[in-house]
Amino acid sequence: MDPVLLARVQFAFTISFHIIFPAFTIGLAAYIATLLMMWMRTGRERYQLLARFWTKIFAVSFGMGVVSGIVLSYQFGTNWSRFSVVTGNVIGPAIGYEVLTAFFLEATFLGVLLFAWKRVPPWLLTLSAAIVAVGTAISAFWILSANSWMQTPAGHEVRDGIAYPLDWVAIIFNPSFPYRLAHMLTAAYLTTAFVVLAVGARYLVAGRHEADGRTMVRMAIGMIAVLAPLQLFLGDQHGLNTLKHQPIKIATMEGHWDGSKPGDFHIFAWPDEKNERNLFELSIPRGSSLILTHDPNGLFPGLTSVPPSERPPVVPVFFAFRIMIGIGFLMIAIGLYGAFLWWRGTLMTTRWYLRSVQHGWWLGFVAVLCGWITTEVGRQPWIAHGILRTADAISPVSAASVLTTLILFVIVYGIIFTMGIYYINRLIARGPQGFAVESPRGVPNRPLSSAHDAGREAIQPGR
Amino acid sequence: MEWYLPVIWAALIGAAVAFYVILDGFDLGIGILFPFAKEEKEQDQMIASIAPFWDGNETWLVLGGGGLWVAFPKAYAVIMPALYLPVILMLLGLIFRGVAFEFRTVANTSKKYWNFAFAGGATLAGFCQGVILGGLIQGIKVENGEFAGGAFDFATPFALLCGLGVLAGYALLGACWLVMKTDAAVAKRARDHAKLLLFVVLAFMAIVSLWTPLQFPRIRERWFSVPNILFLWPVPLITALVAFMGWRWLERGRDYAPFFSAIALFLLGYMGLAISVYPYLVPPTMTVWDASAAPSSQIFMLLGTLPLLPIILMYTAFIYYLFRGKVREGESYH
Repeated sequence: MDPVLLARVQFAFTISFHIIFPAFTIGLAAYIATLLMMWMRTGRERYQLLARFWTKIFAVSFGMGVVSGIVLSYQFGTNWSRFSVVTGNVIGPAIGYEVLTAFFLEATFLGVLLFAWKRVPPWLLTLSAAIVAVGTAISAFWILSANSWMQTPAGHEVRDGIAYPLDWVAIIFNPSFPYRLAHMLTAAYLTTAFVVLAVGARYLVAGRHEADGRTMVRMAIGMIAVLAPLQLFLGDQHGLNTLKHQPIKIATMEGHWDGSKPGDFHIFAWPDEKNERNLFELSIPRGSSLILTHDPNGLFPGLTSVPPSERPPVVPVFFAFRIMIGIGFLMIAIGLYGAFLWWRGTLMTTRWYLRSVQHGWWLGFVAVLCGWITTEVGRQPWIAHGILRTADAISPVSAASVLTTLILFVIVYGIIFTMGIYYINRLIARGPQGFAVESPRGVPNRPLSSAHDAGREAIQPGR
Repeated sequence: MEWYLPVIWAALIGAAVAFYVILDGFDLGIGILFPFAKEEKEQDQMIASIAPFWDGNETWLVLGGGGLWVAFPKAYAVIMPALYLPVILMLLGLIFRGVAFEFRTVANTSKKYWNFAFAGGATLAGFCQGVILGGLIQGIKVENGEFAGGAFDFATPFALLCGLGVLAGYALLGACWLVMKTDAAVAKRARDHAKLLLFVVLAFMAIVSLWTPLQFPRIRERWFSVPNILFLWPVPLITALVAFMGWRWLERGRDYAPFFSAIALFLLGYMGLAISVYPYLVPPTMTVWDASAAPSSQIFMLLGTLPLLPIILMYTAFIYYLFRGKVREGESYH
């Protein structure tokens, strides 16, 4: 088997698994901090209970994010040693700063947030939650800076095939970084908002924890109605930036072969890479030209402007991009319609709407994964654009070793992921009130009983 | 500057690895000792004694690995492929150990599997870390700046011995931590374990100290040539003295002192290995100067590390202070 392909499959698998958790915990940390601040300000216990409830779910997800992230920091060396040597001088420090400014902060203050409810005053708890939230965002800052440099390198020179730094500000704030950072952070907050919305709607539909459910649905709709349209704008700006620096990636996303004609926007098509054309096109004429050049007759480079060896694989990029923007528009519709219902005062009683959004918890995750597939597969055949090709970046390790560890990763991550989702789902089923009464041994390991929870809600109307 | 920078970075990464080995060492040691707990409430007590700290402790491993890439990319690019299998197995062990903390508190019937994952993951990770250490000391085959050996080059009797030695060392740290941070049956059993483990660790240190100069001329040269031996002869003596004090403190029922003597023992062993290996990052070919990143990269990173590291140490100290005292039986921070 091809060792380059195996190394790519392994990295694609471990990093896709990893990104699911930061995409969720970046937003969730901010949500928990917000709830605790509202608790401090209003003194209402519900906010504190909600914060504890989501902190428990945060802990399970963050744990999976941490352990799968450590793997990545070693995989650069184990599987991509040539990449490590060629780019280490330039993007190594971004990883180093991520550890020093974010990882220690998150890990330490998460300890306070998780275990010190009885030991520290409320303000310190709230501060710890805020520090964890800021830490996750700082982490995103550095890792997206490093990734953006691989897409749009700047501030360096190449000597004997190795990149050397010239200007650190230009390296960190390379051309695509601000767009990518804004786009990804917004994606993370949207992902969390859709999970919170789904959980709140689930409680309302089931008629349990209704007061908590209403708080969650309101806060989530508020976020989505603002961020989903904003994300469309940020995505558009990011796309224009990509057209400037990686035009072939844009051509791949659009399925645009012939650059001498204006581009149609293909709602659906099957890119036929061999014959350099699309099959089964369903298109908006000149749609892509209008979006990318703001002119229906505008031209932008097509895939045939470079030889096939310089093109990314078209099919995965083309479809991942379509799924991402499809979900993006669905998110806008859900957010705006929810805001409309809220304005009319019928948000909590429109059953069909709540029934639909309770199944929408996965929307953000799929959109994030598709976005990353678009940008990373779209970067091929380069690992660092214009500096090093993916095929030249791997370690001198046998294909058998890579295959063996790939199988191990699939088995281990499969177990962890299945059980993690199962436990998170069970925490959600237990509901926020499950954290109101604590057994002396900590988390009560009792069988789930919705009747019991509902009964407790009934006798504690103030909560 | 071009001479000093790599030395400063080698010292910093050495310090990060030392922090990791000591801090996560006692966490992993508790995992290694986990099967000896008799009841669920004892297991809960052992876990509760490290639950607020383990995540921060493990972060030193990311700093060690990330720091190696930042400061010595060429060494990172040789060591990781050469020790491919033990590195990945270590990571898989750490995955099971890490998720077990949260999973076992939310599990009902599957709790016993996560207990096994916690103990098995910690043991696998500790053993692999020892193998990595042994694999590094015995040397890596390098040609044209790249790893040029086979997938199982690391798997020598010496590396496997180092794996067992590190397991014993971590178990000693874990036992002494439990003596300090728990009470009742758990602390009592830990004290007995610690006394036994002290001898096992000393035995491993003695074997490694004899084996390395016998098999590797460069290490024999380092220790036994004049004038080096004039400076180095106290190292084994101090080690023996520290071990003796640790044993006495354990005998006399002291709670805190044994843990610090275990740390001192670790640092002495670590220092001994550093003396054997310096200035090589990848023995026997690549020195800290050969493997160094561009000076401007090392300076850029150093400028941030110097103010940030003390801040990290400060809030790390804060969290140890916040969760000070013993975890009583049946008590939990949750």
